[in-house]
Amino acid sequence: MSVTRGDNDDNSRPRGPAWARALCLAALGLATNAGANTSNGYNLPLGVTSLSRDIYALHMEVFWVCVGIAVAVFGVMIYALVKFRRSQGAIPDTEMVHSTKVEIIWTIIPVVILVVMAIPAAKVILMMEDTRNSELSIRVTAYQWKWQYQYMDAGEGINFFSTLARDSNFARQLHSGIDPATVPNYLLEVDKPMVIPSGTKVRLLLTSQDVIHAWWVPDFGAKRSAIPGFVNELWFRVDPGKEGIYRGQCAALCGRDHGFMPIVVDVRTPDDFKKWVEEQKTAVKQAAAPASDPPPSAQLLSTH
Amino acid sequence: MANAHSSDTAHHDDHHDEPAKGIKRWLFATNHKDIGTMYLVFSLIMFFIGGAMAMVIRAELFQPGLQLVDPVFFNQMTTNHALIMIFGAVMPAFVGLANWMIPLQIGAPDMALPRMNNFSFWILPFAFTLLLSTLFVPGGMAAGGWTLYPPLSLQTGDSFPMLIFAIHMMGISSIMGAINVIVTIMNMRAPGMNLLKMPLFTWSWLITAYLLIAVMPVLAGAVTMLLTDHFFKTSFFNAAGGGDPVMFEHIFWFFGHPEVYIMILPAFGIISEILPTFSRKPLFGATSMIYAIASIAFLSFIVWGHHMFADGMPVAAQLFYMMSTMLIAVPTGVKVFNWTATMWRGSLSFEPPMLFAIAFLFLFSIGGFSGLMLAIVPADFQYNQTYFVVAHFHYVLVPGAIFGIMAGVYYWLPKWTGHMYSMGLAKTHFWLSAIFVNVLFFPQHFLGLAGMPRRIPDYAVQFTDWNMVSSIGGFAFGLSQILFAVVIIQCARGGKKATAVVWEGTHPTGLEWTLPSPAPYHSFTTAPEVR
Repeated sequence: MSVTRGDNDDNSRPRGPAWARALCLAALGLATNAGANTSNGYNLPLGVTSLSRDIYALHMEVFWVCVGIAVAVFGVMIYALVKFRRSQGAIPDTEMVHSTKVEIIWTIIPVVILVVMAIPAAKVILMMEDTRNSELSIRVTAYQWKWQYQYMDAGEGINFFSTLARDSNFARQLHSGIDPATVPNYLLEVDKPMVIPSGTKVRLLLTSQDVIHAWWVPDFGAKRSAIPGFVNELWFRVDPGKEGIYRGQCAALCGRDHGFMPIVVDVRTPDDFKKWVEEQKTAVKQAAAPASDPPPSAQLLSTH
Repeated sequence: MANAHSSDTAHHDDHHDEPAKGIKRWLFATNHKDIGTMYLVFSLIMFFIGGAMAMVIRAELFQPGLQLVDPVFFNQMTTNHALIMIFGAVMPAFVGLANWMIPLQIGAPDMALPRMNNFSFWILPFAFTLLLSTLFVPGGMAAGGWTLYPPLSLQTGDSFPMLIFAIHMMGISSIMGAINVIVTIMNMRAPGMNLLKMPLFTWSWLITAYLLIAVMPVLAGAVTMLLTDHFFKTSFFNAAGGGDPVMFEHIFWFFGHPEVYIMILPAFGIISEILPTFSRKPLFGATSMIYAIASIAFLSFIVWGHHMFADGMPVAAQLFYMMSTMLIAVPTGVKVFNWTATMWRGSLSFEPPMLFAIAFLFLFSIGGFSGLMLAIVPADFQYNQTYFVVAHFHYVLVPGAIFGIMAGVYYWLPKWTGHMYSMGLAKTHFWLSAIFVNVLFFPQHFLGLAGMPRRIPDYAVQFTDWNMVSSIGGFAFGLSQILFAVVIIQCARGGKKATAVVWEGTHPTGLEWTLPSPAPYHSFTTAPEVR
C-alpha cells in the first residue's frame, strides 16, 4: 500500500530544530489551525466528516471558554502577586475573610457557563449515537495485533486482515538500525487498508477476539473500543470530494504490540468503490473455485 | 480513647518521654512522629523509584524507533510507574503528613490507634518489595496498565498473584490509616475545637479518610475477582464464560475516580494552610472551603463513567456522566476563587512553601481546564486514550498533588526538625521544578491533540519534536528532584534554629505553631484550650 492521493497524506516530519519549532508554534497559538484537514501537529484535526467538524467546533469553543476564564482568574492572581507584596509595603486587610454575596456569584456564574457548554455537546452526542439508515456496514474485529474487516451490505463476502506494513515492521524492531524518518508513513501504514466510499453513511460494528482494543481515525472523529463479547457501533460519512488516505492507530493498550496496529482507511468515490468491490469479489471467487490452485493473494480470506 | 487527651495517664507504661534507641525505635514505633517520618521517607524513596521508571519511558520516547527497551518492558515501566507513584509515593506521603500534623493541629498527644498505625506503615515496605520483585519473575512485571483491565491483565505472567497480593496489602494499609485518622479527629480534638474551627488540612484529611474507607474495599473486590478469574476458572470478566469485561471497568473506576480525589484533597488542605500564612491574612471563606471539599468528595462517587465513554454507553448515561463531571468544576472553582481572594489585599512574601502553593494554583487550574474539556463527551472521543489525557492527569498529579506535598514539607519541615533549611537551595528546587514540569507536560497536550495514543513505546515521525521537548523536560525535572532530597537531609542534620511559629506573620489556624520547634516527642501531653 503505497498509493497516496490528495493532500491528506502529508505526514512528513516538519523541519527545523525542535526548540525553534516549539517556540514558533507556541507563538502562533492554536487559532491558526482553522481550515486544515489533518492535524497540524498541535491541535485536533478539523477532519473530513460532519462529526469531526462538530467535535472540532466543541473543542475550540470549550478551549476558548477555558482561555477566557484563565485570563480572568490568572489575571487577578498575577495582579495580586504584583500589587500585594510585602516587599512593596502592602498592609494585609485581615478583615476580608468572608462575603456570602461574592461567593454566591462565583458559584452561579460557573454553573451558567457549564450549562451553555453542555447544550451543544448534548446535541452532538445524540447525533453521533444515531446509527440508523446506514448504507454500508463493516464488521471490524480486533486481534493482538491486527484488524479484520468483514464487509456487509454491498460488499458482502469481502473479508481481510490489515496489519502493519512490512517496512515499518522491519524498522520498528529494537536496534533495527533503520531510521524511521526514511520509512514512508512509519507505523501508520498497513498491508491492506479498509476501503470505503465517500458520501456514504458507513457503520462499523466493532468487537474483539482477545483483549480490549480501540479503533480510532482522528480525521473521522471516530473512536470506539473493540471489546470481547460486545458489539460496539460507530458511524461516519466522509464528505464527497475528500477522498484520500486517512490514518489512525489502536487507542487502547492491548499488549506488546499496541503501538504497532495502525488503521488505514482508503476513501474512494462511490464509483471507484463499486469497482473495488467487484475486483475483490472476483478475487474471492477465483480463490474459492479451484481448490488446487495456490491462493492468488495471501491477504484475502475465503468466507468458507 | 475519648478522654485520651485529658491527661498523661492515658499513656501506656512502655511509652517513654524519649524515643527508644536504634532499630527498635522504628520497628516497634507507635509514636505518630516516628511513623509519619517513616511514611515520608518511604514515599520519597518510592518517588525516586517511580521516577526512574518514568525516565526509562521518556528516554525511549526521545526519538522514534525502538532504541533502548523492548515494548513489553516499556509497558512494564508505564504500568509500574503509575502503581508506584500512586500507591507508593503520593498516598503514603499524605498519610505521613497526616500522621505528623493531625495530632499537632488538633492538640492531641498522638494518633488514637498507635499500634495499628505501626502495622499500617510496616505493611507497605513488604507490599512494595513484593511488587518490585516481580521484575525478576518469569514474564516480568505486570504490563497491562495500572488500570488492570481484563482480559489484558489476565495475560500477566507469574507476577500476577504477586501484584494482586501487593495491591491487597496496600489497600489494607490505606484502610487502617484512614480509620486511624477518623478516630483521631473525632475523639482527640482539644477542648473547644469544634469541627468548624478545625484546620483545613485536618478537614481535608477527614473527608479523604472516608473516601478511602469507601473505595479501597471496592478495589480489593475487583482485583480478587481478577484473581479468581485467573486461577479458579470463574468468569466475572470473561465474556466467553458469560462474564463482562466492561463490568471490571465500572468497578475499577468506582474506586478509581474517588482515588483521584484521595490524591488531591489533602493537597487542597495544605494549600489552604499555606496561602493565609504567607498572605498574612485569614483564609477567605473557610466554611465554604470545607463545603467545597465535601461536595467534591460526594461528586467523585457519581462521575466514574467519564473514564469509559469510548467503551460504549447509552445516551442517557453519557449525558449524566458529562454533566456530573462538569459540576465538579463548580466547587473546584469556588476553591480557586477563595484562594485568590485570600491573597487579595494581603501582604505576600515568597518563601519556598508559598512558591509551591502559587505554582499549584496556576498549574492545577490548567489541569482543571483540560479536565473540563475532557468532560465534553464528543470531544472526549478524540482526547480519550491519547497524550492529552496523559498531560491532563499529570498536571493534576505533579504540579497538583506532588507540588502540594512539597509545599507541605517545606512548610512544616522546620517544625519537624527544629532547623530552618536552605532557602536558596529550596528556591532553586522550586524554579527548576516549576519550569521543567511545564516543559515536560505541556507539549503532551499537543501530542494528544495531534493524534498520538498513550502507552505506546514508539511513534510516527510527526510526533518527534514535541516528544523530544517533553523528554528533555522530563530529564531536567527528574534531576531537579535530587535537590529536594538534599534540602531535607541537610535540614534534618542541622541548620539555623527554628522558632515556634517558624514563619514570620503566621496566622495559625492549627495548634502546631503553639509548640516549640522541633515539636516535643509526645506533642500535647496536656490538651490546650481552644477558644
